[in-house]
Amino acid sequence: MINKVVANAEEAIEGIESGMTLMLGGFGLCGIPEKCIAALAAKPEIKDLTCISNNAGVDDFGLGFLLKNKQIKKMISSYVGENDEFERQMLSGELEVELTPQGTLAEKCRAGGAGIPAFFTPAGYGTEIAEGKEVREYNGKKYILEESFVSDFSIVKAWKGDTKGNLIFKATARNFNPIMAMAGTITIAEVEELVEAGELDPNEIHTPGIFVHRIFEGKNYEKRIEQRTVRG
Amino acid sequence: MLDKNGIAKRIAQELEDGWYVNLGIGIPTLVANYIPDGIDVTFQSENGLLGMGPFPTEDQVDADLINAGKQTITTRPGSVFFDSSTSFGMIRAGKVQLTVLGAMEVDQNGDIANWKIPGKMVKGMGGAMDLVASAENIIVAMMHTNKAGESKLLEKCTLPLTGVNCITKVVTNLALLEVKDGAFVLKERALGVTVDEIKEATAGKLIIEGEIPEMKL
Repeated sequence: MINKVVANAEEAIEGIESGMTLMLGGFGLCGIPEKCIAALAAKPEIKDLTCISNNAGVDDFGLGFLLKNKQIKKMISSYVGENDEFERQMLSGELEVELTPQGTLAEKCRAGGAGIPAFFTPAGYGTEIAEGKEVREYNGKKYILEESFVSDFSIVKAWKGDTKGNLIFKATARNFNPIMAMAGTITIAEVEELVEAGELDPNEIHTPGIFVHRIFEGKNYEKRIEQRTVRG
Repeated sequence: MLDKNGIAKRIAQELEDGWYVNLGIGIPTLVANYIPDGIDVTFQSENGLLGMGPFPTEDQVDADLINAGKQTITTRPGSVFFDSSTSFGMIRAGKVQLTVLGAMEVDQNGDIANWKIPGKMVKGMGGAMDLVASAENIIVAMMHTNKAGESKLLEKCTLPLTGVNCITKVVTNLALLEVKDGAFVLKERALGVTVDEIKEATAGKLIIEGEIPEMKL
């Protein structure tokens, strides 16, 4: 039987090399694989990464760690505000940035993970995003051709997982995690609670374990909040 | 003249019972505070939630529960979570009846620019391009002029576009206008604002037909 369970983040990221393309789940800092990001930041010799992630972390958390170490060559994201180091590297030309509409980014992952190499979407038609892309009209509306993504490694964060790699996400920490899990050549899942196969109700699993190759339980999640907003 | 809350209040009058609604960051977020009595709408947050509730109390704060502006929030009874591709699936397929968003510029053809100022600000479009390319009903909430006093309702947008031919209505501190057949059609004036003041602040083609009523808030 294949054993998908690894001991920790260090073991989980084995095989990630300079120049690879990674997908990292999360929206803002919500649902990011913080243990694997920290483990990658502890290996600054891994460089020239292309990172596909909706956002780029903040200066002192999440992907901000890898930016600070200059481990990232290219970011593919939909929104990159609130990160000074990111802005500095982008304006100086050290960092290549491909901004992609959020729904297109999501569909590039989902389709890539579903064996569909490209698709037509209306998002970005008539804007600079559409430059150089094929346009087709369906039922009187214009669509542009977008190509899907497959990563060398997808790194996702789930709430619960089992030893077969089945995953359950919590609240809006789900976001890009399930679809990036689908699109990984190798997918790593870090979870808050790892249980034996059979302990999760199959009716409630979000990501089937077939998409997950390595899994481990992370300890002491920080789960930093970007915009703590409370009722007055 | 309206303040930001006034703009939100007027837009809230456009809500219809049973609608699913996506509110952008800034003034649009305030619309949720003015839902008319007897109207039940469900708010969609594009990071993966239908049924967004108010901000949490201190002891309800959950790092795993945020809105598209990354603020902590709560859910209402009957809410549901989903992944990002499902979220934009419902947006692109037109299941969300109304999108309200801010803008740096709009023009008389219904084009909108709100994501980039070349050389100055490049934060990204987030979900705005998907939203404006898909929704049938898009209302822009913004100030009529920018900080330099220049009109934001133009003949043609000058900034990089977010979407083309997509805006149906604009509500500003001065007026409510519909975007139709290559022009802004003035429908209502904000309290105490004259038609001449609106003309003065609108650079794009403006159509004024008959008496223009004052907004009722």
